[in-house]
Amino acid sequence: MNGTGQRGAAPGSDFARLEPGFRDAVRGSQTCFRAVLDAMAHPGRVVTLPPSLDGAPPVPLGDAAAAVALTLCDIDTPVWLDAAAAPAAGYLAFHCGAPLVDNPADARFAIIADPAAAPPLDRFALGSDEYPERSATLVIEAAGFGGDTGVGLRGPGIDRETRFAVTELPARFWRERAALAELFPRGVDVLFACGSRLAALPRSTQVIV
Amino acid sequence: MPLHAAHPPQPERTPRQQWLAVLARASLAELQAAWDALDDKPAYRTLRPGETGLVTLRGRIGGTGQPFNVGEMTMTRAAVQLLAADGGVSQVGFGHVAGRSARRAELVALFDALLQDPLRCDGVVAAVVAPLAARQQAAAAAQRAKVAASKVDFFTMVRGE
Repeated sequence: MNGTGQRGAAPGSDFARLEPGFRDAVRGSQTCFRAVLDAMAHPGRVVTLPPSLDGAPPVPLGDAAAAVALTLCDIDTPVWLDAAAAPAAGYLAFHCGAPLVDNPADARFAIIADPAAAPPLDRFALGSDEYPERSATLVIEAAGFGGDTGVGLRGPGIDRETRFAVTELPARFWRERAALAELFPRGVDVLFACGSRLAALPRSTQVIV
Repeated sequence: MPLHAAHPPQPERTPRQQWLAVLARASLAELQAAWDALDDKPAYRTLRPGETGLVTLRGRIGGTGQPFNVGEMTMTRAAVQLLAADGGVSQVGFGHVAGRSARRAELVALFDALLQDPLRCDGVVAAVVAPLAARQQAAAAAQRAKVAASKVDFFTMVRGE
């Protein structure tokens, strides 16, 4: 990983405001990893993470988004934060050691606290046909799950079809997601987090609007 | 050669660098005894529990030439936050020690946090850091004397042509 585009000292060098991470790093990250695996294996299913953080999650993230970042991000995964998630930069720099990048295309993980203001999905790394895994995983802090404006999901891990709805998710998200579908196996994987709940939308899932 | 003999105290270091250098070289028993003897122990929470890893050491073997990666050593680090009486968080201390002792790293971090409190700094320096520094300097001096006594100068005859 080259150092271009990385921000300098994280704004969170203000250590006094830092919160502790996992109460037990091994159990916490394994439990979270298992929950992410479960969510990814069953797209659209909302899984709940047991409490594992020792302190409060960094504003504006919830427990699940913070736990996912602590579990999956490290020095080898450049992270991009949207403007709303920027206050979490110090937390992520301290606990994950992940480099923060300014350009969404450089990031392996993007943490999005304000989905309405997020860049289009094709601005993130989509991987290549040879290396589809060199793509971004989006962690979107959602307002909630459910509601009647949902979409249908089909594909691996889903028995026929399931309904999935994310509160206050802009309609353009589903259009951008549909445009990426034909690039498969390139694409982005999305994790929706809300409080301590988590749901996944991997690239293999077909969305029926 | 032990590390402390290779790195004599450098006066241009900041006070915090100096006390961290002394604390990092102190043994677990010394640190624990100093902590036990401390009255008015602060409340604290662990920001980063002791975690052990490897650091790459760079150096010049023989003291000259380009620095290069000599090897790796085991290191343990920890970070603590002192809790103020009002429930807020005050200083954050960091501890990095050679070896695998999480408690030793945590004690270094605790003393580092305490030493950042202007009201307690002088007291902790006098009670903890100064005695440790004196002991380490005495040990280094004894080691140097021992090594100097066994010094051998080699003289090689130049072969005549």
